[in-house]
Amino acid sequence: MSRTIDAVVSPTQTNTIPADISGQMLDLDEDDDLEVFSKDSTLAEGSMFNASMQTSPGSMVNQCKFEEDEEGDSKDIFITVDNPESHVTAIETFITYRVLTKTTRSEFDNSEYEVRRRYQDFLWLKGKLEEAHSTLIVHPLPEKFVVKGMVERFNGDFIETRRKALHKFLNRIADHPILSCSEDFKVFLSAQAWELTTYKKQGPGFLSRMGETVRAVANSVRGVKNRPEEFNAIQEYVEDFSNKISSLDKVTQRIVKEQKEYLEELKEYGPTYTLWSGSEEELAEQLKGVAGCIERCCKETEEQVGHLSDTLVPVLHEYVLCAETLKAVLRRRDNIQAEFEAKNEALATKKVDRDTESSDLGFVWGSLLGKNPEEARHQRQERLDGEIEELKEEIDKLEDRVEWANNALKGDWGRWQRSMRGDLKSAFLSTAEKNVDYYEKCLAVWETFLLSQRTEPSEETDRDNTP
Amino acid sequence: MMADSGPKEVAVIGNTDLTSAELDNNIKNTMVEIEKGTSLLRKMEISVAEAEKRTGKNTVNMQELYTVYLIETRPVDALTEGITPDSLWRRYSEFELLRNYLLVTYPFVVVAPLPEKRAEIVWHKLSADNMDPDFVERRRVGLENFLHRVASHPVLCNDNIFYIFLTEQDKDWKEMVYETGFQAKADSRLKAVNAAFRVKNPDGRFTELKHYSDELQTVLSQLLRVRARVADRLYGVYKVHGNYGRIFSEWSAIEKEMGDGLQSAGHHMDAYAASVDDILEEEEHYADQLKEYLFYTDALRAVCRKHELTQFELEMVALDLTCKKQQKEELVTGTVRTFSLKGMTSKLFGQETAEQREAKLQVLEQQLKEGEEAVKEKNTESDEFVKTAWVDIERFKDQKDRDLKEALISYAVMQISMCKKGIQVWTNAKECFNKM
Repeated sequence: MSRTIDAVVSPTQTNTIPADISGQMLDLDEDDDLEVFSKDSTLAEGSMFNASMQTSPGSMVNQCKFEEDEEGDSKDIFITVDNPESHVTAIETFITYRVLTKTTRSEFDNSEYEVRRRYQDFLWLKGKLEEAHSTLIVHPLPEKFVVKGMVERFNGDFIETRRKALHKFLNRIADHPILSCSEDFKVFLSAQAWELTTYKKQGPGFLSRMGETVRAVANSVRGVKNRPEEFNAIQEYVEDFSNKISSLDKVTQRIVKEQKEYLEELKEYGPTYTLWSGSEEELAEQLKGVAGCIERCCKETEEQVGHLSDTLVPVLHEYVLCAETLKAVLRRRDNIQAEFEAKNEALATKKVDRDTESSDLGFVWGSLLGKNPEEARHQRQERLDGEIEELKEEIDKLEDRVEWANNALKGDWGRWQRSMRGDLKSAFLSTAEKNVDYYEKCLAVWETFLLSQRTEPSEETDRDNTP
Repeated sequence: MMADSGPKEVAVIGNTDLTSAELDNNIKNTMVEIEKGTSLLRKMEISVAEAEKRTGKNTVNMQELYTVYLIETRPVDALTEGITPDSLWRRYSEFELLRNYLLVTYPFVVVAPLPEKRAEIVWHKLSADNMDPDFVERRRVGLENFLHRVASHPVLCNDNIFYIFLTEQDKDWKEMVYETGFQAKADSRLKAVNAAFRVKNPDGRFTELKHYSDELQTVLSQLLRVRARVADRLYGVYKVHGNYGRIFSEWSAIEKEMGDGLQSAGHHMDAYAASVDDILEEEEHYADQLKEYLFYTDALRAVCRKHELTQFELEMVALDLTCKKQQKEELVTGTVRTFSLKGMTSKLFGQETAEQREAKLQVLEQQLKEGEEAVKEKNTESDEFVKTAWVDIERFKDQKDRDLKEALISYAVMQISMCKKGIQVWTNAKECFNKM
């Protein structure tokens, strides 16, 4: 049973992108085909009692390297996601993917694992990771479904896109110094299907999780009071980044759309030259030549659009999801701090309570029941002192938690920025390269044609001799 | 296709059906005409230099806004370089009048078309408004082209009306044109359609030409339409990239390391988006070249129609003659082979007297003579027409092949230029992305 709370988040706010250059063609507001995200934005926080959570930051640093050399040469785990297959049961039909792992890490018993996982399993893994490391940035999963036009979950393109995204998801986790050490991750990669099912059933029960969620909601309503400046800065950045990346996503999709429509028209254009050549004698060869050129350019255009769809669009889309993840992470951090602040306030109130000699009802009752007022007051003091001590202990733990959360986030933030830069840079680079390649190929096509034309006139001049 | 004897000639003559003697004769005639013809353009520089808007009262005395075009002419002479050209203003309707006059007066000539009266096959950026400056400019170029076509035509360039159109700001030029009586010479449309249906033996080449011009019209219309749609789409693709420019620029403001790379990449995206305007402007010239030949098909059909009409008239006259001959024969031999009212009445009311017969015979003889004259005349007319028309058609074909070949080459050159621009922009962008 899925424990996640699916929050259908309303589409990211579209900033009106004015048609500043042409005046007509750039009205992106008309792109109402926004996707319905099914996001795994749980409000649950890292419970202190979750079996899979590492106990303290210190031990974590010891186990895994933190930030320094995470590059390829020290890579000791390789994961691939491939081979989608559909499974039909009495209740449902679903797709599973093969997850192949090769590793030299000591915590794994074998060096190779091959398991089959379905999307739900990935969702589960993500949820566990976020639960255990609520302020670490977990790479987003592809969406549950897309309501846009191609609705079929079993459409080939959709499956392929999802497969690639799942592959990336697992590899990002494997690259992450902390997340890749997660027990849940290990189980995900290595357990057989029935083992995984059993494993999933462990952990805090439903009710305790519900309780956490309620607390989280209460805290988020209360809001955090003294957010550190650096997190304010990150918050602002995330807002801006989210806007920009959404716009880029929309623009790129619009480009793909326009390019496809251009291709459609181009496909009709070439044949008209061929048709014309049928009526001509002298011009026939040349017209057929032009038709051929246009046809070849069509092929190149098709390739170019394909590349755009395969390379740039998915990456931009991923980072749109990333932006939402970041917002969730920041919220969770805020909640942790809010809880700490709440407890502090409670402590202050209790102290005030203890230090004031109040003639409260309890005292009155006590005297009615025949208790000695001195004794009653003493009992009250003791009780309050006890409560205060408890509170102080809780606050200490929460303070640790806040510090841990902040450090985790700070550390991961730098890491995330670096990989964001890397990802987007390489995607844009690849696109630019492909475009150069596209134009170069088309150039060659037309230059060849021109060359063939320039040599022909030598035959003509024999006929055209003026006396 | 070369004749064995005779000098090699400019591809004006393509008719290999003529005997070599006739070929020689033709060559001499056309050479003279070419000399005469090209002399006009050799002697004069003609240009349509400007366009201006005027207001005036039209024929129904209402105010209207129209455009006039400045025609400048100047003798081509090394010594007279720097002399200010003669100039006068003409409006589009006067060009139309000139062309109609030429069409009627020289029906065997494939007369060059005028540019569009209204912008019809356009893509979305070009307005279909006659007052739009881009449209007016393209029309100016089209009118100049028309004048050059006429001035370089071996026959048309000698026309006096044309010369006065170019050189004398004579308010009565229109009057002069009307006074030629060309409107009366014009064949009615009905006559022409009728002839087209009923003609029995048109020259096969003209029938073929008619089919060709129909095909060419269809295919060029389609080509121009699709080209306009392709241009539309291309415009869209380029312009959307302009959004990258803006967003990169905004994004660079919040990034540290990536900022510079993004910012400069953005500029290149703007440049890319802007470059499409020039690209498509150039392509419009190509489209205009095709459009000229699209409109030429009307002129081709006009010549074919004239042939059908001439041929039909010849056939009618010949038929009439045959009839008359038959009538004479019947009268002479006294046999009534064909059913006629006369025959019936004579059967009913008795034969004619000898004198009556004699009188009739005489009338018939006279008619026969006239008929034979008419047939001879029509025959000559028809032959003349076929001959001169075919010469011009061959001239036109060569002109068309040359022009369109050049147009296709220039189209390829345009595509190459567009690709080169694309390569440059995206290479620059790549550099910028590298710096991210």
